[in-house]
Amino acid sequence: MRITGQAVKRLLPVTVFCGFLLAGCGREDLSVLRPQGPAAESSFGLMKLSISIMIVVLLIVFSIAAYVIIRFRRKAGQNEIPEQIEGSFKLEVLWTVIPLILVIVLAIPTVKAVFAAGDDHANDKDAIKVKVTGHQYWWEFEYTDYGITTAQDLIIPAGKDIAFELTTTDVLHSFWVPSLSGKMDTNPDGTTNRFSFSAPNEGVYRGKCAELCGPSHGFMEFKVKSVSEEAFQEWLGKMKAPVAVLPEDPALAEKFRAQCLSCHAVGDQNDIGRGPNLTGIGSRESVAGILLNDETGVEGASVEENLKTWLRDPESVKPGNRMPNPKDLGLSDTEIDGIAEYLANYKLD
Amino acid sequence: MDWITTVDHKKIAVLYLWAGGLFFGIGGFEALLIRWQLIKPMNNFLDAQTFNELITMHGTTMIFLGVMPIIFALMNAVIPLQIGARDVAFPFLNALGFWTFLFGGLLLNLSWVMGGAPDAGWTAYTPLSSTTYSTTHGVDFYTIGLQIAGLGTLIGGINFLATIITMRAPGMSFMRMPMFAWTTFITSAIILFAFPAITVGLVLLTFDRILGANFFVVGGGGSPVLWQHIFWIFGHPEVYILILPAFGIISEVIPTFSRKRLFGYSSMVFATILIAFLGFMVWAHHMFTTGLGPVANALFSVSTMLIAVPTGIKIFNWLFTMWGGQVRFPTANLFAVGFIPTFTMGGVTGVMLASAPADFQFHDTYFVVAHFHYVIVGGLVLGLFAGLHYWWPKMFGRMLSERLGKWTFWTFILGFHLTFFLQHFLGLMGMQRRVFTYLPNQQFDLLNLVSTIGAGLMGVGMIIFLVNIYLTSRRPADAAADPWEDGRTLEWTIPSPPPEYNFKQTPLVRGIDAFWKEKTAGHKAMTPAEPVGSIHMPSATILPFLMSVGIFIAGLGFMFSRDEFRSPLTGFLFNNYVVTAIGLLITFGSMLARSLFDDQGWHIEPEELEGR
Repeated sequence: MRITGQAVKRLLPVTVFCGFLLAGCGREDLSVLRPQGPAAESSFGLMKLSISIMIVVLLIVFSIAAYVIIRFRRKAGQNEIPEQIEGSFKLEVLWTVIPLILVIVLAIPTVKAVFAAGDDHANDKDAIKVKVTGHQYWWEFEYTDYGITTAQDLIIPAGKDIAFELTTTDVLHSFWVPSLSGKMDTNPDGTTNRFSFSAPNEGVYRGKCAELCGPSHGFMEFKVKSVSEEAFQEWLGKMKAPVAVLPEDPALAEKFRAQCLSCHAVGDQNDIGRGPNLTGIGSRESVAGILLNDETGVEGASVEENLKTWLRDPESVKPGNRMPNPKDLGLSDTEIDGIAEYLANYKLD
Repeated sequence: MDWITTVDHKKIAVLYLWAGGLFFGIGGFEALLIRWQLIKPMNNFLDAQTFNELITMHGTTMIFLGVMPIIFALMNAVIPLQIGARDVAFPFLNALGFWTFLFGGLLLNLSWVMGGAPDAGWTAYTPLSSTTYSTTHGVDFYTIGLQIAGLGTLIGGINFLATIITMRAPGMSFMRMPMFAWTTFITSAIILFAFPAITVGLVLLTFDRILGANFFVVGGGGSPVLWQHIFWIFGHPEVYILILPAFGIISEVIPTFSRKRLFGYSSMVFATILIAFLGFMVWAHHMFTTGLGPVANALFSVSTMLIAVPTGIKIFNWLFTMWGGQVRFPTANLFAVGFIPTFTMGGVTGVMLASAPADFQFHDTYFVVAHFHYVIVGGLVLGLFAGLHYWWPKMFGRMLSERLGKWTFWTFILGFHLTFFLQHFLGLMGMQRRVFTYLPNQQFDLLNLVSTIGAGLMGVGMIIFLVNIYLTSRRPADAAADPWEDGRTLEWTIPSPPPEYNFKQTPLVRGIDAFWKEKTAGHKAMTPAEPVGSIHMPSATILPFLMSVGIFIAGLGFMFSRDEFRSPLTGFLFNNYVVTAIGLLITFGSMLARSLFDDQGWHIEPEELEGR
């Protein structure tokens, strides 16, 4: 029993170390340990520095502990009184000064990085300005320079700095894309937060809400899509095209206008921001942030299937969300399926 | 009846222990439900709302109703004995403190059966905790239950301050006090300064929720960030309220079982005071992502890292206490020695978290969950286990089984590391905390499964401990006065369990580790500082119990004062604050009775003392 305990104690730091060596931990589009942009790299650099210092500290503590536990174990028949040592001024100063030095070594790059992270690019002409608004339980992205609004999928040009302005319409949320940057809270009006990051490599990154915001907090996910400059411009153009696409069937279109557009917007139609903007929803990465769109069905289902799942009972997908059940709005199953089909085909590409 | 009216610190210690143990069990059960829900992705064992209630209640219960009372149990059982006193300074208040804690805790847990537990997290961040987003009475139970329970903690803290300042035995200067007495003293001082902050915060939140005030409501000019400041100005020192007593316990257990005096006693005292001081300076490190700006983040980063220095002093002093000693490993010392590396691991992740730009990534993820469980479970709970095994014979006169104790230790500590070590990686791999489930294929699945298995193992450890207590309680109470044979402090000079007056004659303290000093000088007992004489004892009284019942009723009445009731009578009683008034009447009536009828207490005469 004793040997197992010591073995465990001795193996722990090695495990920590290996864990970090294998920074292959986790998915590239999700893990803090596989940073994909300068902001996340800056955090990761500090993590590596601090964990290295701390592993050294742990190794020292563990070795001294292991040594005293083995060396000074009371032996059978041993009964003399050990010397009652008061302390040692030199030693105590030593283990006051060494941690102090270690703290300074960590504090200097920390302070540098804090001020670097405070640089928010809000007045940078080259940066793309995005106003992020948290809602229970979805994300709204407004491109203030271009006058367009989208939800759930944040499309950004690769390599460009994105200057964020964060706010919320209800409770606190926290905007987090682990592989691109650390998180920042969305506070209600009055304490708007700003920060920025960039994604040099094209790809899709998983974003999360990190602040408890109600039952579906765990489902308040979003995607960041880093695309080429041309693709981004093309997307902007399509988003700005004023004409909204509506269902072909006029009866369904009327139903959609009456029931869905009272909260949602498509194209130039009725943007009051109560629900996610649906323009081009068919080309998004997911429905409701968590139903992943994957036509091959490997990780998720087709957009249409997902939309049907969502529209048939939003509450079962995201408990506590603010969307009324379409059935309660008087939509029949055929109408729901029709709207799902229309939305699935409302693509921008 | 004897237990309801007692004012004896030793009995109150036992009450604290059982009540704390009960709530600890509830909190632990909640933890197991949480872990069971997270055992696999997209699990539907619990629904989202219940999960949020469970995490809120698990955190709140463990911090306020689980570990704090067990700390208070040990303080009550040991502090008067360690400083050579016959009781605490205010025995009546001591009983009052216990009863308000118990009724506050009961009120909070009533929420489970009265229409919804609090669901806004143990930090109750607004606006989520406002009536707009938390529509049940859950958060009202939280604010009012914690105010009542907090009253008990504050009373207890003040009592220990007064006790330690005024009631030390002759010769026991501050710098001769045992470390546990020192950490109790500093902890009580932190309680004195930190608890008023949370009380104010809870009152403001109560006003917002029940009386429609706007302290934290943006639309009414309030600020949700203000709540975070108030909460953490209390919440960070609270961490030290929890961990300092554990430091004290470790500083008692390790010297005893190493047969050596504590290495660097004065630097330990200095480190304790420094930790308490710094503990008040660093609250905003819980708010790095709130958007306080780079200046605040930099200052709070650096000041937080500084806490590593006094903590490091302590770790090395403990290690060097064992150096050159003769170390034995009964269960108490296993826990104490197991504490050192485990707590160190929690400490180093604390330094990592202190670096604000790195914390932008760590914050609100499982990395933080892992960190604070390393500190609170790997630090405090291991410390409490060490203390309970160490002082059990003193409290109950019975030795706990060593064989079962060792089983408790190994299952608990292995289960603990299995549960929480992996959670560091879960956080770094992108799993945020407080999520009721997670999507598959994010590489979270295996780690969560193992973590849940570990939690089960910890549960097994706890059950073995309970079995140990049960079996022990059936054996005769025959523990020796100094059962570990190497007792160094005053509590080991009197019988186990101690008589109700503790010390027949107040001992004369002639140095640090007073009993050890006498033993090495060849004496068998302490030199008395007074002749045998009549001992004054306080009378038992039911008033503290009644006062707490009154506050409990008043709290319930106030909470439901704005509700609509089906029965007009109930409606009348609640809506017109009649229930509140009845409750307050009981409380203030009891206070009046306490003031008007002067109770002189009673005496134990020398004949009776000698007769034993």
